[in-house]
Amino acid sequence: MAESSSISNPDANSNLSRKRRKIEPKTPAGAPTETGRPRWQNDVEQQIYSLKLVDALCHLRRPDSAAATSRAVRDAADQVLAVSARGKTRWSRAILTGRLSLRLAHINKKHKKAAKRAAVGESRTKKPAVQKKLPPLEKKVKVLSRLVPGCRKVSLPNLLEETTDYIAALEMQVKAMTFLTGLLNGAVSSSAAASGDSSLADRG
Amino acid sequence: MSSRRSRSRQSSGASRISDDQIADLVSRLQQLIPEIRNRRSDKVSASKVLQETCNYIRSLHREVDDLSDRLSELLESTDSDSAQAAIIRSLLM
Repeated sequence: MAESSSISNPDANSNLSRKRRKIEPKTPAGAPTETGRPRWQNDVEQQIYSLKLVDALCHLRRPDSAAATSRAVRDAADQVLAVSARGKTRWSRAILTGRLSLRLAHINKKHKKAAKRAAVGESRTKKPAVQKKLPPLEKKVKVLSRLVPGCRKVSLPNLLEETTDYIAALEMQVKAMTFLTGLLNGAVSSSAAASGDSSLADRG
Repeated sequence: MSSRRSRSRQSSGASRISDDQIADLVSRLQQLIPEIRNRRSDKVSASKVLQETCNYIRSLHREVDDLSDRLSELLESTDSDSAQAAIIRSLLM
């Protein structure tokens, strides 16, 4: 597993893979990754995320050409969130690699849509029912797999595991961004008050 | 590599194993979603859990979008130095 992650992201994960080689003999071979709430509900984790997000946002503002659009903020927030996952989950890896292969993904989508239109509905009805699940349940699973990034062709148990981690991560993201918004609101109002006071002092 | 292992499990006629796994994971999901947690009904169907999960993820996405809208507005109005200083101050305290 360490090898595959190091191939996908050599620069970021070279240090991580070294750390993993040291840690691996300690953890048992079949142990699942630490997903779930304790990871993301950590206050420290949230603070680290806020700091990294602030740093990323300030980097956004320095090049004057790119304005801080909401899309750019959202992308930065997702990127930092994915980095915080440390490459253990599929959705985080999908977010990180998604940026690089954005144009490729668009081209692939166009090809897939064209192929689907050519095949019409015949291929869909003739799909063999390998897993005996109710169609409405299957549809909901598909919808869910589309919502979680990078999980469209993932088996159901993996998808549900990814979902639990993704939901916990999103909740932390919302908390951290709310916290930041409150802070910036305070900063704006205090700086406005300060500038108002100084202008009064100048007049007086 | 892990995907290969899961494929071999499914191909070996393991619908029994996957059903148990799925039931376990669905119950875990159930704990996460506030809607279902608050209702406190143990017998929630899998489709209901999936539906609520999708709705919850969508609402979280919407919240993040709203927050990023507000953050982008706030960032434009303040200068980055004072904002960063305020944030770091509050986080350290």
